[in-house]
Amino acid sequence: MSSMTVAAKSKRTNGTQKPNKATPKTEMTGGEILLTTLSDIGVEVIFGYPGGVVLGLYDSIFKLTDKPRHILVRHEQGGTHAADGYARATGKVGVVLATSGPGATNTVTGIATAYMDSIPMVIFTGQVSSEMIGNDAFQEADIVGITRPITKHSYLVMDPGDVESVIHDAFHIASTGRPGPVLIDLPKNTLNGKGVYTGSYKVAIKSYKPSKSGNHPKVAKAAELLNNAKRPLIYAGGGIIQGEASKELTALAKKSGIPVTTTLMGLGCFPETDPQSLGMLGMHGTWCANMAISECDVLLAVGARFDDRVTGNLDGFSQHSKKIHIDIDPSSISKNVAIEVPIVGHVKNILPDLTKLVKKTKIDDWKATIKNWQTVHPLRYKKQKGAIMPQFLIEKISEITKGEAIIATDVGQHQMWVAQLYKFNHPRSMLTSGGLGTMGYGFPAAMGAAVGCPERDVVCISGDGGFQMTAFELATAVEHKIPVKVIILNNGYLGMVRQWQELFFGGRYSHSHLAGGNPDFVKLAESYGAVGMRTDKEEELVPLLKKCMAIKHKPVIFDVLVKQEENVYPMVPAGAALQDMVDTED
Amino acid sequence: MKHTISVSVQHSFNALSRIVGLFSGRGYKIDSISFGEGEEPGMARVTITASGDEQVIEQITKQLHKIVDVHKVADLTYIPFVERDLALIKVKATPTSRSEIMQVCGVFRAQIIDITPKTLTIEVTGKKDKVDAAISMLRPFGIKEVARTGSVALKREFKGLT
Ligand SMILES: Cc1ncc(C[n+]2csc(CCOP(=O)(O)OP(=O)(O)O)c2C)c(N)n1
Ligand SMILES: [Mg+2]
Repeated sequence: MSSMTVAAKSKRTNGTQKPNKATPKTEMTGGEILLTTLSDIGVEVIFGYPGGVVLGLYDSIFKLTDKPRHILVRHEQGGTHAADGYARATGKVGVVLATSGPGATNTVTGIATAYMDSIPMVIFTGQVSSEMIGNDAFQEADIVGITRPITKHSYLVMDPGDVESVIHDAFHIASTGRPGPVLIDLPKNTLNGKGVYTGSYKVAIKSYKPSKSGNHPKVAKAAELLNNAKRPLIYAGGGIIQGEASKELTALAKKSGIPVTTTLMGLGCFPETDPQSLGMLGMHGTWCANMAISECDVLLAVGARFDDRVTGNLDGFSQHSKKIHIDIDPSSISKNVAIEVPIVGHVKNILPDLTKLVKKTKIDDWKATIKNWQTVHPLRYKKQKGAIMPQFLIEKISEITKGEAIIATDVGQHQMWVAQLYKFNHPRSMLTSGGLGTMGYGFPAAMGAAVGCPERDVVCISGDGGFQMTAFELATAVEHKIPVKVIILNNGYLGMVRQWQELFFGGRYSHSHLAGGNPDFVKLAESYGAVGMRTDKEEELVPLLKKCMAIKHKPVIFDVLVKQEENVYPMVPAGAALQDMVDTED
Repeated sequence: MKHTISVSVQHSFNALSRIVGLFSGRGYKIDSISFGEGEEPGMARVTITASGDEQVIEQITKQLHKIVDVHKVADLTYIPFVERDLALIKVKATPTSRSEIMQVCGVFRAQIIDITPKTLTIEVTGKKDKVDAAISMLRPFGIKEVARTGSVALKREFKGLT
């Protein structure tokens, strides 16, 4: 057996290994080997779009019976975001297929989005025939070169006989260690030429050995620091979700009594209804989370990477604390912030070792301080008569779905309000482009999640700007009866841009007004055969939300006209330290 | 401070591109890089010299480690190592200056590997400092072209006599 972990293996096979109907050791085309191998791995779905050099492969998709389901998206960017949403919601590897040239370049934004958030994904791109490569042939693009900085690894496969091994290796690389997208570029003659399918390839990549050990010598040191701390804090990130370690984290927090703040990517890794939860930290984090991280004396960072949106100005960041950092990626440790106790390894293995050694902390003073911050500076907003407040909308969605839905967001004000106000209680429930901040991500990602988790409610909370970047995927959702609920927080503006223009550019709203050109979202939905709904009345909101949530087998667009010029608070102004955050407008 | 980093990697252009891309993409300063076949077939050895503070160098070695095709990364800076740089230097030479140039070559144990009535091509090997010095001594004669390998380095095994 290879070095593949059991967890990775079960992810890849979805638990139930399908019987492999293709006979081992037979000659097949590269395309047939591709489909058969995906089926061996247990891939359920490919998000794809055909074109010239992949026509042979698409013919095999048409003919072969034992193969993953193929969903035709309406743009390759939508395909990558759908695969990404599928991966985030399920923990399995997302799969994308695109043709050469423009098909391949259309995947770039989606690949970069996945790369920045460490999402396991395998992207297949067609390429011109090997003898044409480098000739500026029709629809040729050096996609391996273009995507090199945004992929964990990539392949150009010249021999159909290598397709099987490359796919197995790619899935292994994408899903282990710090996960990430892997691109496989397939020239037309590799797809159409013949090679031998073995059905028995075992992954063994000599140069790739991601660490997964527990038993770290520094765990005892970490426990000692935590046990003697007066003001300890856990700062948990997306690594907990990727590493399937929410239970382990919760166990540590419960045994020790240490409060927990999470990053945007970590939302859901610790239940937000738990009194120990301080909510999100960072630029639009809660007051108490930012004050707690500024004042703590021991900081345990797990699966987080001290991103600049989290730390604020580094000179003022958590100056009084000794820092412990647990992460699978050694390059994340001491990258931005110096760490006293670095622990490289898999959080799922290391956290239980640490939990064994920690004691119940005696931190009543610290808890009282935190409680005081929470009471004096809660998340709050002023109501305005006759308008739906955007924050109220998010609170109601949270209540009606009881914090149980999968929420995908786009990027902007609505994203921050979701992060602040939706009470996430489960991992893999918040799908958002944290690292790249990609507008247009939310809706296709929600679609992918709904395909992967048909038993869960999937709600995309989008902006009137961002939704329009990938709105055409409505066709995909309608065709495949994907029951995604899209709730547009319609403020008539590129709200986050407008907020910054109001606060830092003298109120000059340069090209951030949308209302003048926004479509009628209800008619837009209906023109695709989806359900369209709209309100601007607070009293209608809850009944309509309930109605929206009850619709199955069809996508719904619910256009909610909210107060237009509302700002997200609290906020850390750019360049300021976390403790200098601004609580409210006045 | 200058660091010498030795990387053992799969012999492929994708791997080399990833190594080079790391430096451009993350804004690290690279002084020299050499790439050539390694001890086993299919393997290459890359030697990089780069400057930066400790934190930057630590990041560079960690990022190099993360490249899937990279087998081993060693920062040789703090351990004994041997290092050589090879330069080919084409200088203008006249019948009158030729012997003086050859004297300079003697000092640096440099070889003359090509000769014409108007030029001499010289091969000099050594640590970077020595090669730099040879070039600066030859500069007054008129340097036409220089080609350098950049540093190649290996860990020193000889531990001294005890
Ligand atoms: C592809 C892309 N282009 C531009 C931006 C910059 N940007 C960040 S937030 C934002 C405004 C988003 O407006 P909207 O979708 O209406 O959301 P709101 O902030 O109003 O909730 C913009 C333009 C981005 N993040 N992504
Ligand atoms: Mg908007």
